Amino acid sequence: MSAWEVIRFLLSAACTLAGLFVIITGVVGVFRFRYALSRMHAAALLDTLGMLLMLAGLMIALGFQVATLKMLVVILFLWLTSPVTSHLLARLEVTVNDELDRSMTVLDEDMVRREKEGD
Amino acid sequence: MARIRPEYERSWWPRFKRWVLEGSGALDEHMREDVTADASAYAVPQAAGDRTEELREQALQNEQETYDHLRVWSATSGRKWLARLYRLLAIIICLGVIAVLLVTASYLPPYGSPDNPVHNEVSQRYIEQGMEETGAVNIVAGMILDYRAFDTLGESNVLFVAACSVLILMRITSERDEATAQLEMEAEDRGFEPKNDRILQAAASFLVPLILMFGAYVILNGHISPGGGFSGGAVMGAGLILYLNAFGFKKTERFFRFRTFQVVSLCALTFYAVSKTYSFFTGANHLASFITPGTPGRIFSAGLIPYLNIAVGLVVCCTMYAFYTLFRKGDM
Repeated sequence: MSAWEVIRFLLSAACTLAGLFVIITGVVGVFRFRYALSRMHAAALLDTLGMLLMLAGLMIALGFQVATLKMLVVILFLWLTSPVTSHLLARLEVTVNDELDRSMTVLDEDMVRREKEGD
Repeated sequence: MARIRPEYERSWWPRFKRWVLEGSGALDEHMREDVTADASAYAVPQAAGDRTEELREQALQNEQETYDHLRVWSATSGRKWLARLYRLLAIIICLGVIAVLLVTASYLPPYGSPDNPVHNEVSQRYIEQGMEETGAVNIVAGMILDYRAFDTLGESNVLFVAACSVLILMRITSERDEATAQLEMEAEDRGFEPKNDRILQAAASFLVPLILMFGAYVILNGHISPGGGFSGGAVMGAGLILYLNAFGFKKTERFFRFRTFQVVSLCALTFYAVSKTYSFFTGANHLASFITPGTPGRIFSAGLIPYLNIAVGLVVCCTMYAFYTLFRKGDM
């Protein structure tokens, strides 16, 4: 095993472990947090940072192949869609929840009011 | 000659006849007579009047006590017992199902053994000669759209029938006058367009063409690579639903109305049925057919399979979209 391969292995292991840590943190957050918006924040972590780190680890381990490119496309797709989904969910929660200011501090009350009344 | 029965009127047949002809009035009369005749037997003895009142009160009190006791019990320890019973039953049922499934699984033949019943001449024939006979590199596509194409026709029809039943149940006909329809729409908030969300629109305008293109790719390459009509159609339907969510019904109505659903589904299913009938009549009886497998691996090959894939894909795509719009708005 040459020095380059050792470095590659260590890099990929570090990425995968970091991704695993992020995913475990996110899962714990999804089940432990109290409010919907906090839970959603934890869930958004899984699809973006967690998947990015896991797939980056796999990409480094695989080397340059067609499969690596596909993983890159998967990462791009997830980074495009997952934040949008979280944004829509947060918007829905703000629109629907009437007692939003009871569970958390609302900084921009005008925006919440506009959101509830619709555009 | 005939002996006259003295009590003929009171025997069972005339009574029955009278009951049938005159209704139950006569019978009631008899019964009332009977009751009035023996009225003294049912009368409450006059002397026991005070005692019955006392007894009644005591019984009422007993009843109230029992009721209170039961109520308290059911609210406290009864509820606890019920919860325990519930948990116990849940565990027992769960374990029972696990045991049944494990026992069933133990009867399965070992994985990968050549003596398994699935490894018969049928699958051998499909694997060895499937590509030669159907022209499809993807053996699954060759199987479902060539060897067993009738199955797939049934499956597409099942989807269509499901869409029709949802249509019957959920569609809101617009045969009422305008004002009532408007009121109902506002009450049900079905017709509300989604909010104009800039972020979603930007993401959708980038993603929807890609998703639709990917769906078309999966459908068109169904005979060469993994995929086919069902999966590609589902992908395209998801793309349409995303477009609808981002831009609203007004934009989708420009290209997809109820009429479009009808025409596309009908044409695709008819094309499938007719073309498959043709190939059954000509190909199955060793008659000459101008549909040939072609060169496996090329896009125009595998006989009818790509076209059948397109038909299935269109049906699946329309059905997905129809399900979504019908459940959401009740119309397309």
